[in-house]
Amino acid sequence: MTQPIILEVQNLSRSFGKFQALGGISLKIPKGKLCALIGPNGAGKTTFYNVVSGRYRPTIGKVFFEGRDISGLPSHALVARGLLRSFQVTNIFPALTVRENVLTPLAVMRGLSFSFLGSMARRPELVDEAEAILARVGLRGQSHRVVSTLAYGDKRLIEIAIVLACQPKLVLLDEPTAGMNPEETDRMIRLIKELSDKSEITFFITEHDMKVVFSVAENIFVLNQGTLLAEGTPDEIRSNREVKQAYLGGSLDAASH
Amino acid sequence: MGGLTLRRILPATLLLAFLVAAPFFLSTYWVIILTEILTMSLFAMSFNLLFGYTGLLSFGQAGFFGAGGYFAVLTLLHGPPSLWVALAAAVVGTALLALVIGWLCVRLDEIYFAILTLGFGMMLFTTAHNWRSVTGGSDGLGGFTVPPLNLIAWQVSLFNPKYFYFLVLAVTLLGTLLLLRMVKSPFGLLLRATRENSNRVAFVGANVRRLRLFAFVIAGTLAGVAGVLFAIFNRIASPEMLHWSFSGKAVLMTVLGGSGVLLGPAVGAAIFYVLEHYITTFTTSWMIFLGAILVVLVLAFPKGVLGSVMEFFAQKRRGAAP
Amino acid sequence: MEGFLANVLNGLSWGMLLFLISVGLTTVFGVMGVLNFAHGSLFMLGAYLCMQFVRWVGSFWVGLLAGPPLVAALSILLERFLLRPLYGRDVSFQLLLTFGVMLFLDDGVRLIWGPAYHVVNPPALLSGVIPFFSQSYPVYRLFLVILGPLVGLGLWAFFSFTRWGKILRAAAMDRQMAEIVGVRVPVLFTAVFAFGAWLAALGGALAAPHQSVGPAMGERIIIESFIVVVIGGMGSFPGAFAGALILGLMNSFGTTFVPHLQMALPYILLAVILLTRPRGLFGGEA
Repeated sequence: MTQPIILEVQNLSRSFGKFQALGGISLKIPKGKLCALIGPNGAGKTTFYNVVSGRYRPTIGKVFFEGRDISGLPSHALVARGLLRSFQVTNIFPALTVRENVLTPLAVMRGLSFSFLGSMARRPELVDEAEAILARVGLRGQSHRVVSTLAYGDKRLIEIAIVLACQPKLVLLDEPTAGMNPEETDRMIRLIKELSDKSEITFFITEHDMKVVFSVAENIFVLNQGTLLAEGTPDEIRSNREVKQAYLGGSLDAASH
Repeated sequence: MGGLTLRRILPATLLLAFLVAAPFFLSTYWVIILTEILTMSLFAMSFNLLFGYTGLLSFGQAGFFGAGGYFAVLTLLHGPPSLWVALAAAVVGTALLALVIGWLCVRLDEIYFAILTLGFGMMLFTTAHNWRSVTGGSDGLGGFTVPPLNLIAWQVSLFNPKYFYFLVLAVTLLGTLLLLRMVKSPFGLLLRATRENSNRVAFVGANVRRLRLFAFVIAGTLAGVAGVLFAIFNRIASPEMLHWSFSGKAVLMTVLGGSGVLLGPAVGAAIFYVLEHYITTFTTSWMIFLGAILVVLVLAFPKGVLGSVMEFFAQKRRGAAP
Repeated sequence: MEGFLANVLNGLSWGMLLFLISVGLTTVFGVMGVLNFAHGSLFMLGAYLCMQFVRWVGSFWVGLLAGPPLVAALSILLERFLLRPLYGRDVSFQLLLTFGVMLFLDDGVRLIWGPAYHVVNPPALLSGVIPFFSQSYPVYRLFLVILGPLVGLGLWAFFSFTRWGKILRAAAMDRQMAEIVGVRVPVLFTAVFAFGAWLAALGGALAAPHQSVGPAMGERIIIESFIVVVIGGMGSFPGAFAGALILGLMNSFGTTFVPHLQMALPYILLAVILLTRPRGLFGGEA
């Protein structure tokens, strides 16, 4: 272990009444490494994300972010520390322009929430930063379009841009390519790879599209029925017999969904 | 870029020139109507800061409008004979009132917010209606003398409708400029973002309740200022000013003009009064027309008159220069 | 004791009228998500139609039976042509539309029947007073007090035992569930809206001999029934019953004991309940 650990989860469990959605998961995410969480439907991926991102409290277990215990902290406290998540259902500001969507989190991050007399247009540094982020996700030149008029794939890119504007250290991406056509999927994969390579940000994605997972992830965790079934590089996971069984014998090489 | 600014500045300049010149060529009757329009414009725009920009439908805005009127009249009756003092008392009074009521109301949203604001507005109404010894009860509170406006070395008598008109114009203009700066500011952006998706705003780390409260206090205070003008204009502060149906007027004007544009409610107020003037010349049932107009607008032109006109021009421009 | 009983009876009779209109309001909100500002105007229309039938045929009972279906028919048109295009749009647009309809109906009534208040006499069977301790009490008011629980019982039976009643109740609590079990939603919406309008108009017809009939009666009752629905919990049938009783009793006792505060009491109650239990007494957790 040469790399420092950015996220560590110890014996994490979460129950809803009698139903145990997560049953004692422990894992470590090294800083800067693009990791993925996979598993059949109902394996507990989304619950895992919700607990780590502060939406639900863990029933038992702890979550450490950069070595500090963050179990049970509310979402906005985690955002302030640099732990962000994207949402499966597009969760942006439809009637605002592309640029305003990114300016919103930037204004909050800069502590400008209650600055009510200064014009936004007179803060070129904010606008420049918003433009830089939009360029990074490939939305250059769309700044003045109203978001609701964008194609679905572009809306998902806005989601990524909002997350980037929050100056994240770790980003949990929940099915970033869900509902996308092949072209949009390709673009999203390239973007995630590029962001992971060229920035300090660590990405942790869930995905049910196996093609996506095996093409981007450096490290894969397999969840099944609320427990961690396997962990390893894409090659290791591909040849893991238990994993194959969990997916009902489906061939992982060819598998999409 | 130069064309864009010209296009934006020209209509505003023309409007301003008209408003300044109006008393010199319009009859006193129309100057008075214009005074009412400007007062109600400020009231409706204050409502729209909450409705159009923050996504909160308040049915209690008249409570602050009326409270402003009562505070000013009470000050004039019992305090020094100065308009500035009366105005200051009303501003401080309504701001505090809006702070307390807003602190409670911003916990809820959507329909629950609408009903709760209606409830608080009606509490203020019943206070004005029943607290006879202080508010004069259902008769309202009048019988005060309007002191001249003290402008450093210049005493302006407000008994002249023209001079009063210019006071109202100046105050409404200032209120509009404040609102304009606000909606262009980072705070204004966050309000609109809250309207669109309040959960997401909370998730990027902003305090949504405090944002809403801040907007609520500013809206309430501006409504209070409009109420001061209204009470002095009518020489009385009456309980009807606080009634929910008066809040309904602000809602109507806003929908009429368009909630998505800053000046929408002002245009709505103008349409409201001009229509009322013409329709009441041939029938007393002007509310039937108003109701029908509202229904048609909601169904066919949800962006209101000004909003639809601006959209029409925007589309034409796009069509002309593809 | 005597005054206490009179207060209870007065409170119950007003509460029962409130209940009739609140049931419709709460069901419409629960099923369709629409808060109907014009609901009070439908109540008013019921009262005016009853009055008109009394003028034409001289019978209150004809007005009671014939008026409400006419109002229900009108409301079908309202739902079909005005509200339906707005489903899925922002909630406030539906509120604004029904607000416009309210203005239209309230002023329309003024245009047809004039701005004055009218008196409708109770039917011969229910007119007059009966001795009540040392004083007397109007028979009609007593009739309302007895009729109220009967109507409540009838509605309860309808909601509990008939197919349509069960569907309505299920849909008011959880519309998606109703869709899943195969209810045809457009038909359901129209039926619910008409049913609510019929109840409101029935309340209006019953109210006609109880209070004077005038163009402002809708405006007063709509606000009070909003309060009933909100404190009871939107979409909750028992909530509407409890809320109406509370408001009715508060009205009569308030008038007797705290006359200066009586007008403000419903609003204070509304604020206290919304702030402590935002989804109302019977509305579950927020």
